[in-house]
Amino acid sequence: MTDEQKAERAAWMGLLARSQPSELARLMPALPPHDTIRAPEIGTTMIRGRAGATGAAFNLGEMTVTRCAVRLASGVEGHGYVQGRDKDHARNAALIDALMQGPEAVALRAAVLAPLQASATARARARAGEAAATKVEFFTMVRGE
Amino acid sequence: MYVAVKGGERAIDAAHDWLARERRGAPELAEIGNDQIAGQLKLATDRVMAEGSLYDRDLAALAIRQARGDLIEAIFLIRAYRTTLPRFGHSVPVETAAMACIRRISATFKDAPGGQILGPTFDYTHRLIDFALLAEGAVPPPRDPETMPHVTGFLGRDGLIEAADPDDTEPGDLTRTPLSLPADRALRLQALARADEGFILSLAYSTQRGYGRTHAFVGELRIGLVTVEMEIPELGLSIALGEVELTECETVNQFLGSKTEPAQFTRGYGLVLGQSERKAIAMSLVDRALRWKELGEDFTGAPAQDEEFVLSHCDNIQATGFLEHIKLPHYVDFQSELELIRRIRAEALKQGTADTTEPEDRA
Repeated sequence: MTDEQKAERAAWMGLLARSQPSELARLMPALPPHDTIRAPEIGTTMIRGRAGATGAAFNLGEMTVTRCAVRLASGVEGHGYVQGRDKDHARNAALIDALMQGPEAVALRAAVLAPLQASATARARARAGEAAATKVEFFTMVRGE
Repeated sequence: MYVAVKGGERAIDAAHDWLARERRGAPELAEIGNDQIAGQLKLATDRVMAEGSLYDRDLAALAIRQARGDLIEAIFLIRAYRTTLPRFGHSVPVETAAMACIRRISATFKDAPGGQILGPTFDYTHRLIDFALLAEGAVPPPRDPETMPHVTGFLGRDGLIEAADPDDTEPGDLTRTPLSLPADRALRLQALARADEGFILSLAYSTQRGYGRTHAFVGELRIGLVTVEMEIPELGLSIALGEVELTECETVNQFLGSKTEPAQFTRGYGLVLGQSERKAIAMSLVDRALRWKELGEDFTGAPAQDEEFVLSHCDNIQATGFLEHIKLPHYVDFQSELELIRRIRAEALKQGTADTTEPEDRA
């Protein structure tokens, strides 16, 4: 896998991970036969921060993560690492990851990834809009002018 | 010697049944849902995530419901559950400069680039009970998120504040190795991030009142979502597998300089899972107070400067465990104390000196 392909795969895996489980479930295509390499498993990731935002790393606290791995009949493996404890979410993410490595990639990009990206962008823009509405400006007033 | 119990199982079952009915409340009222707790009691949920040290909002809401709103009991449930889970790895340190902020204020720079965002704050409310909570207002139009650089960066460019250079030394982990003292700053920050909010608040307040004063300004306080990225070794990839809401506080503190360092500001740092600015500000004050040694300051004996005192007592699960264990049967322990005091008294009475030392002891 080239670096470019790796970056592309990391991007879709991340998008699948951060998607709303119910939305991904709704967008799932008809599934080809596949084996489960690793059944969905709930665990954690330790979130790290940096002292003073930029300094030495420290352990902040954990978050729940569910992972799953599948293999298609073609032998292609798919992996899902998703935030939270939703096992179906992890399996769906793994399946899309596998299918994205095959000939269905173009169709899936339009049918699954694009709507997920649009929802994520809409959520971020809605929050940014709410935040912007609470922006304040400070003026320095000089006495006696 | 030990004490046996009869009918214990039946009594415990009955107690648990009653607890379940009490938890449910009046059956004619609708049962509260986890999503309602997570959505409408978000700050309680966030506190359980922060002190439970596990970012999972649904789980925190479930714990609050099971604990009937007792947040420390809920934190206990989260900590216990966490120990059953495998750890898949750790994240790349989160990039809080890239935070999608819903709140961002500075008490030191009024013109911070990116602006000051009030967000959903209680500040400027009248803090009067609102007997008619109004329906939600209109939703403002969406817009693209802005990046907001840290304001301490501006001080850093001119060398006016101590550097905080990246350091990827593997940090110690309290959940893997028991706390040993002296602790480094990474370990202290982990302990403070999961510490009891009330305890940290009181300690921070004590520094403001003069017990280990650090002259703190809130350089910046921000709340928002950051991406959590983790390396997946078996794939040779790094995946942004989640988004978490964090509260971050950076304080700018007075420092007079030393023989080797020109005068510059120093830093205190607070970072908390979820939305809790009280905890983040308090954490940054206590972090700064605990840094006296590395900054060459005097130890004044203030509690907030005492690493052993702070770190050994800040965890409410440890504290509640030890505190509440004294309600459990101590029949054998107490029996031996009782026998001892009877023997001492009997000997003293025999010698006729029963009360001669007591008044002095009282004085």
